[in-house]
Amino acid sequence: MNRTLLVVAVIAASASLNLGAATAINGSGATFPAPLYLRWASDFKKSNPDITVNYQGIGSGAGVTQFVQGITDFGASDVAMKDEEILQARTAAGGRTVMIPATAGSIVLAYNVPGVQTGLKLTRAAYIGILCGDIKTWNAPEIAKANPGVNLPSLPITVVTRSDASGTTAVFTGHCAEVSAQFTSVIGSGKSVTWPVGVAGKGNDGVTALIKQTPGSIGYVEYGFAANNKLAMAALQNKAGNFITPSVESAAATLASIKLPDNLRFFILDPKGANDYPIVTFTWLLLKATYADAAKGAAVKAFVTYALTKGQATAPQLGYVTLPSEVVTKAEAALQTVK
Amino acid sequence: MDGKSITAGPLIPVRREYRPRPDLFRAACWVAAVFTIALLGFIIGQILFKAWPAISKFGFGFLTGIQWSPNRDLFGVLPVLIGTVASSAIAILIALPLGLAIALFLSENFLPMPIRQSVRFVVELLASIPSVVYGLWGIFIVVPLVQEYGAILSAKLGFLPFLAGPAYGNSLLTASLVLALMILPTITAISRNALIAVPPTLREASYALGATRWETILGVILPTAAPGIVASTILGLGRAMGETMAIAMLIGNSQRLTWSILSPSNTLSALLANQFAEAEGIQVSALMYAAALLVVMTLGVNTAGEMVLRRAQRTVVGLK
Repeated sequence: MNRTLLVVAVIAASASLNLGAATAINGSGATFPAPLYLRWASDFKKSNPDITVNYQGIGSGAGVTQFVQGITDFGASDVAMKDEEILQARTAAGGRTVMIPATAGSIVLAYNVPGVQTGLKLTRAAYIGILCGDIKTWNAPEIAKANPGVNLPSLPITVVTRSDASGTTAVFTGHCAEVSAQFTSVIGSGKSVTWPVGVAGKGNDGVTALIKQTPGSIGYVEYGFAANNKLAMAALQNKAGNFITPSVESAAATLASIKLPDNLRFFILDPKGANDYPIVTFTWLLLKATYADAAKGAAVKAFVTYALTKGQATAPQLGYVTLPSEVVTKAEAALQTVK
Repeated sequence: MDGKSITAGPLIPVRREYRPRPDLFRAACWVAAVFTIALLGFIIGQILFKAWPAISKFGFGFLTGIQWSPNRDLFGVLPVLIGTVASSAIAILIALPLGLAIALFLSENFLPMPIRQSVRFVVELLASIPSVVYGLWGIFIVVPLVQEYGAILSAKLGFLPFLAGPAYGNSLLTASLVLALMILPTITAISRNALIAVPPTLREASYALGATRWETILGVILPTAAPGIVASTILGLGRAMGETMAIAMLIGNSQRLTWSILSPSNTLSALLANQFAEAEGIQVSALMYAAALLVVMTLGVNTAGEMVLRRAQRTVVGLK
């Protein structure tokens, strides 16, 4: 009897110690912002040694699923949750889902064309034509016209795409489908589509590796991956007709020109500004409106507050875009509703 | 035991000491065996259960559909089925002559025994290299080779539909070449066993009738070992169809229907490896349907291989 009491006391003591000493919050989702989230988690830990943030970049789709099932404390997705998913989450996780834009980034067309180290310009007709398989060689007139003085080889074009379902694909095909009716009918948009040409690799890193290794290739990857791997990136023609080189600055220009609605869900399919890079996306953190465990709720709030304030300064170092202050204000207001 | 107890005991005291008890070892073996079979049944059952929405929705059309577009809820695996069969078949086409030649070389007395043993060891060592290492090796060695020579080949012989350009580095041919290397140990080892099992009396009889070594090999030894060689081929095919990692890294993962072996393709296992983690909704069922097809194919091929192998062993035993 005494022994049982002792065991219970020890367990109770250690449990209360655990609660007091450390809180761990777990999240999973998009691979696209994963390097930044991991950096935030380790920076955040330095100033808040009591809170451990675990993030796993398992993909937007899987991240939303785990969050909806209540496995994780927060989720992350490149594609804002659909209304039906939010509804589903409400029943499963026992509350409303709060979506907070955490950072933004651009998706670039990286290429590997011998002799063209930098500065390739692609018109809208050119990149849609390449992706649809109508433009087959690098010295095709549709490409050459926009690149006077560039010595384009007669190499066949190898399009590199994603073999897995991905938020990156959803954003990229969303833009292409917006600008071209042909793209909509041939390929369509979504997380996983069928491409009429080319080879496919798994993940941003798989695509990056294929581009590096295949002369004559072109493929879509997240800006940070292309920059870190020193891939050449094409300047794309935006809605205003200007060729915009992808960079943190040109992506910031795009973000500055849009107005985020109050539900914080917005897809930048084809920005209008003269200096806007055309393919930019927010990426969202998914939070529960009410956390059953108050300590967890407070920890999640503290982490996201950090991400929206100090964390924003870290973003450009890793190739992501600092959110405009207007967006941060709206996001912080949304964060206040989390309990 | 002393003399008294023997006289006091029954006529055969041993009987009494070995009273029949439940045979625990036997029971344990039974449990293990039944558990293994039950596990296989459970796995297949689970796959079919999860695949059921897709099976009832797409039915047989799943096998003949040529479009795999998750964004449009279109799921057809014909290109992937063809890719699976084609990559395995090409791999067999390359690995069988090579493996058989090695097996002959290792079973005849062309070389002194120690050298034969070490060659055999090295070939069988190929089986222990992890799939992902083959994949990496393929990326750095085979892909550039296929890209370079494939381009020349398609420029010269592109009028043949199966060599039509443009030539890709990540293609059906690249995957098949690496696959051939991966199944080489299986084919070599089983063929060699079949060749060694040919009774020496047959060989002696052949020589006694005045046959040369080559006549003996081609006319007597190979026909006698043929069922074993066929079995090695079928088992190699089974391994090739289920191979995943190296294929996913090399084949280009494109489910388009083409004739050219220089085009990217896809196999069932690579499709599953690529798409499963991020799949949602009916796509999960469709992938489970594809998994069920893969299980049926590999189980069928492996069962056929085992049956041929058993028959082969029986015929050779009968010859002695």
